[in-house]
Amino acid sequence: MHSDGPNDERGLSQQIAVTREPEQAGEDIWAKDKVFEVNDVTVSYGKKPAVRDVTMDIVRNEVTALIGPSGCGKSTLLRCLNRMNDLIPSASVEGEILYHGQDLYGHKVDPVQVRKMIGMVFQKPNPFPKSVYDNIAFGPKVLGMKDIDERVEKALHGAALWDEVKDRLDDNAYGMSGGQQQRLCIARTMAVEPEVILMDEPCSALDPISTGKIEDLMAELKEQFSIVIVTHNMQQAARVSDKTAFLIVELDATDENRWGQLVEYDETGKIFTNPQDSRTEDYVTGKVG
Amino acid sequence: MEARDSIGAFGQRGAARPLPSLEAPSHRYGEKLIKVLLGACALLSVVTTTAIVISLLIPTIGFFTEDNIGITEFLFGTSWAPTFQPASFGVLPILVGTLSTSLWGMMFAVPIGLASAIWLSEYASPRARKVVKPVLEVLAGIPTVAIGIFGLVFLSPLIDDIFPFMVNVPPFSAGIAGLAIGLMIVPIIASISDDAMRSVPSGLREAAYGLGATKLKVATRVVFPAAISGVIASLVLAGSRAIGETMVVLLVAGASPNLTFDPGSSVLTMTAFIGQTATGDISTGSITYDTIFAVGSLLFIITLILNMFAIRMVRKYREVYE
Repeated sequence: MHSDGPNDERGLSQQIAVTREPEQAGEDIWAKDKVFEVNDVTVSYGKKPAVRDVTMDIVRNEVTALIGPSGCGKSTLLRCLNRMNDLIPSASVEGEILYHGQDLYGHKVDPVQVRKMIGMVFQKPNPFPKSVYDNIAFGPKVLGMKDIDERVEKALHGAALWDEVKDRLDDNAYGMSGGQQQRLCIARTMAVEPEVILMDEPCSALDPISTGKIEDLMAELKEQFSIVIVTHNMQQAARVSDKTAFLIVELDATDENRWGQLVEYDETGKIFTNPQDSRTEDYVTGKVG
Repeated sequence: MEARDSIGAFGQRGAARPLPSLEAPSHRYGEKLIKVLLGACALLSVVTTTAIVISLLIPTIGFFTEDNIGITEFLFGTSWAPTFQPASFGVLPILVGTLSTSLWGMMFAVPIGLASAIWLSEYASPRARKVVKPVLEVLAGIPTVAIGIFGLVFLSPLIDDIFPFMVNVPPFSAGIAGLAIGLMIVPIIASISDDAMRSVPSGLREAAYGLGATKLKVATRVVFPAAISGVIASLVLAGSRAIGETMVVLLVAGASPNLTFDPGSSVLTMTAFIGQTATGDISTGSITYDTIFAVGSLLFIITLILNMFAIRMVRKYREVYE
């Protein structure tokens, strides 16, 4: 269920100029606060499109999953949402991505500012080669925040990691297990209090138990954050997400160019039980992919 | 399908084929020979180092025993005139000369070298990097005598015009010698530090960018610390080059054993003394001969301590990733 309650207490909600619609009583699932409006977006590397003509709205305080076979451009699409693709010189974005109505690629928009609001967790756990404490404190420190100790503790509690690491905050993060490292990376992202957390296959390098912990965590996190997750694992999408977008790899007539295309985007339950497109059905039932 | 049948014979391996021999078909002498040769090559540098240490030590012992120079007089004496009458063997002036030129060189080269490395690894476009890095490495290969001449005939008059306090006795000056050494070691620092910083996994950069860090913060707070062991290695190599540099100081520093860190003064360094004195006409076993080796030993010990110190620094500050 979507709830706006806890957000009102969060300082960040006030920082962002969010024009809040009055609470809608109706059943229309798209009428909720939109975090992102992706309109006709095509992302290319050099001249080759990686994903074409994607249009979708991403809703606040929900988990939105992007699924699809390898090469369908789901990670590429995700990385556009916080301008991470700017780091790849050949990448270009056409179309429009609105973040609370503001053009994310507007010429006055600073990607550094964007990434403060829209954090990211990566496929491979990538803690800094520093202590547990310094990993979490890094973000708040470079952003000039105060009360670092409190933020570190809060973030570790938030990522359900506090009890495991409270006695070894000064130990190097590389001494932790893979699952702990990934939760540390989630805590590190939470410490700068973004509004959105993008997760790029966050569990693909983890064992099932660690994966379970992170999935449980995501259910809690969506109370505070809006989450967009890319995953290879359909069961994971079914378990954690409220809405699911299914992308496929499209080939042109000559078979030389391939790109990702959005096939269907709907509530997760619908995608998995009553998909409208036969390609979605084939994929989620395991006939292809 | 016929073809399929004949392939099918593989299936009955155990029945038809005799048990193959598990013994080596030959003695592989060639392989053993190569192993010995490789080991011998590796041993050569160990033998050379030992030989150098011994050849330095024997005349050095002679310097302190047969020539009867006191160790305290040598290490703490403030007057260096080993070839004069009366001779004095206080090594401090030339020790300070070495430290002075190296220090001025490092003060110039470390910030510029590290800044270049950060620019090369984090800011430069691939095209700019492709041009700049090879040029930088060519600079590292310029013969030091050419850099010495450049310092003497170009840098020294130029700087004397702008900052006269840098050159007390034109054209010689410790500071200009340091500057020339600095030019020489900037590429070492820049190139090795750049390599170290580029080998930092890009995942760490992405993590920092993802938190809203600016490029500068990513470079200075994440990439640089993660590359610190390579950076320190580059500084040690550069420092050793600076201390061991002979030709530049011989030409530019002026060869007067003044006990001073003043960059404008002319100084004699330990290497310049050796280079200047070790000519063909000194007789083996004379005091002058032994003096050269005593100074050489001291130089050797200093670089050794520097290296050991650096190894400890690297161990202490290293940020190990994976």
